[in-house]
Amino acid sequence: MELNIDRERVDRCRELAAAIVAPVESFIAAHSTVSVERAVLRLLGVDGVTPQEVPVPNAILDTLPEDERRSGVAMAFGKALAETGLDPTALGESIGLRQVSLEQFAATPEAAARGALRPHVEAALARIEIQRDERALRLARLPQLPPPLLYVIVASGNIYEDRAAAVAAAEAGAQVVAVIRSTGQSLLDFVPFGPTTEGFGGTYATQANFRIVRAALDEIAEKLGRYVMLTNYASGLCMPEIASMAALERLDMLLNDSMYGILFRNINMKRTFVDQHFSRMLNAYSGIIINTGEDNYLTTADAVDQAPAVLASQFINEEFAHRAGLPDRQIGLGDAYEINPELEDSFLYQVAQAQLAREIFPDAALKYMPPTKHMTGDIFKGHLIDAMFNLTSVMTRQNIHLCGMLTEAIHTPLLGDRALSLENARYIMNAARHLGDEIVLRPGGTIERRARDVLSACEALLERVAETGLMRSIEAATFADVSRAPDGGRGFEGVFARAEDYFNPFEEALSFALRLRSGRQAQDDNDSAQDDKLRMTRA
Amino acid sequence: MSKIVKPYGDTQNDGKVQLSFTLPVEWSEAADEAARQLAGKMGFTDVQVVDGRRIASGFSFFVLYASTPEGVDVESIHAPSAQTHAMSMDEVDAFVAERLGRKIRVAGACIGTDAHTVGIDAILNMKGYQGDYGLERYRMFEAFNLGSQIAPEELVRYAAERKIDALLASQVVTQKGSDIKNFTLLGELLEAEGLRDRIVLICGGPRVNNRLASELGYDAGFGRGTLPSEVAAFIAVTLADRLREAARR
Repeated sequence: MELNIDRERVDRCRELAAAIVAPVESFIAAHSTVSVERAVLRLLGVDGVTPQEVPVPNAILDTLPEDERRSGVAMAFGKALAETGLDPTALGESIGLRQVSLEQFAATPEAAARGALRPHVEAALARIEIQRDERALRLARLPQLPPPLLYVIVASGNIYEDRAAAVAAAEAGAQVVAVIRSTGQSLLDFVPFGPTTEGFGGTYATQANFRIVRAALDEIAEKLGRYVMLTNYASGLCMPEIASMAALERLDMLLNDSMYGILFRNINMKRTFVDQHFSRMLNAYSGIIINTGEDNYLTTADAVDQAPAVLASQFINEEFAHRAGLPDRQIGLGDAYEINPELEDSFLYQVAQAQLAREIFPDAALKYMPPTKHMTGDIFKGHLIDAMFNLTSVMTRQNIHLCGMLTEAIHTPLLGDRALSLENARYIMNAARHLGDEIVLRPGGTIERRARDVLSACEALLERVAETGLMRSIEAATFADVSRAPDGGRGFEGVFARAEDYFNPFEEALSFALRLRSGRQAQDDNDSAQDDKLRMTRA
Repeated sequence: MSKIVKPYGDTQNDGKVQLSFTLPVEWSEAADEAARQLAGKMGFTDVQVVDGRRIASGFSFFVLYASTPEGVDVESIHAPSAQTHAMSMDEVDAFVAERLGRKIRVAGACIGTDAHTVGIDAILNMKGYQGDYGLERYRMFEAFNLGSQIAPEELVRYAAERKIDALLASQVVTQKGSDIKNFTLLGELLEAEGLRDRIVLICGGPRVNNRLASELGYDAGFGRGTLPSEVAAFIAVTLADRLREAARR
């Protein structure tokens, strides 16, 4: 099956996406956030909570004077490491107990700090590499079934129930299991600690919870003879920290979108842009596949109207991801089956959109999301709509397939719902495995015309955004009809300008490993572009 | 007058129902029998386990058909739906202009930890639902959509500060009764702040109905398929009625 799409138009969209993202990247290079800094501490080995239940990384950031924060927490922490001779975990605890204060060591030479940090930075990177290699070895030994990879969520609120549900889902055919987070978590400016047994609409993402489900899935994978992937959410206010924990605990995928939090969670845009970049660098290095959140455009507005916005967001997400060092195979661009089922030829529109993404992003790990908006309590009809979604996914060769639940919009999935949903997907995908290869789309037919219209509307949208600038465009409600101010939203107070001597040893190491142009260099390029502009204006 | 009805399969009063459930046992013929006996204990007769199978280790799924001996008197049931007054957007605007002479201020949110704004967006956002425009588009309404994950406390504070006339609280996804707790808390907080009497308090969501709403002390509850104009009309008429009664007193 192939659409006859205008390749020049696709190239133009990519150029526009680059023009849209470049100025944001210079902003990113000149700023850091409290969550980036806390991720640095976590990678160094800082963990635990203070007697007041404050996570130690937060406690450290809270005690750091603002001017020192601008240089990056690593420098102050490194000085304390050098002076106290403690390891990062013990030093973190001491700071949490207020036995040690980072201010004591301001006079310590920077070289001593760097020297004290080096072994811990190397150890963290080695741990991540070991997990990355471990994943590759396991995948080679326990190969997954062919894509679309069947993905289900577990969300009981209790990590031990989630573990049982995850194992049952794997046995029923799931190849990817997401432990959905407690819905309030995206707005918490800290990561909870330890195993948790209470949550709403999901279970808190904590490093201990990651480890519990990872171990259970590894165990069942051995029995099934196929690897089972684990997913969580690096969205919200703690993207970089979740990314660091996921890297250390060998999660395989993370939900991570460059704009989702801004639009749909009212998280400050500057915070999100800076956070997504560092979190994606970590994802890139740890071999984690990101899943972007374009489905959200479709659930909050009409899916037919929003198709160009979905594609535009995919281009922007791809560009941000490339700039953070993610290769295409680790970029799971999102889409969803959300067109009103009452609409005549709705299926054709869905196929057009899914196939369009497949051809524009041939090597991306496309993530396809199930119908939710038009699901009602009618579980019988819901099961049928899910079947059409499953058919579209296999026909258009999607990579990651979030299985729709017949009880969507009723409750978080029951164990039996998940089994029925997986059965539905397995049946349809097996029955129509090679259907896409057999179909020739009618030139000028409904599907081809729809794809062409979406692409050209996407180009027009990207043109407008490129002209206005991404931050201003978001303010002008260009995406999802939602307006967000550049300095509004949650978490803005956690964004700060980097000082001249800003130091983040992980950013340096990852930039080198991922062969990224350093942030500073990107900023210089942009400054010189600005200078050129000025010169031209003066001339 | 009473009229007893039973579920209808293919014959009057056969009482046929379909059931499906999961049991935490490994599948076997004995598991099928366990499912059959369980349905018997639920009071069903003529129980047939039409499908029983293993869905994971230690879990089996069953589909059953059975008959219930129970019936219900449909004449004795009272489940009034919210008094809706079929009015178009223009009619509502005209009604508000004439009877209240000012704009109605409405705020809505998905309360608690719920992040599913499908319902509240359908009612409030400009675009509306099924071709019926949302309250933002009404000339005589000022609509504020606070979005998702708004604590009941925050919504109450907002209502007080912005002199809100009507509050819409939405709950789509629930887990272990969190929706009811949130609705209840919102009502209690409004009561405590002394705001309850001057606000039209409405709940909405796929499992909400008007009976639940009145049990919770809300003025109305709107469930699946509600159109924005129905909500707008309810608010407009309720406020107009209150104004008239206040004038009488």
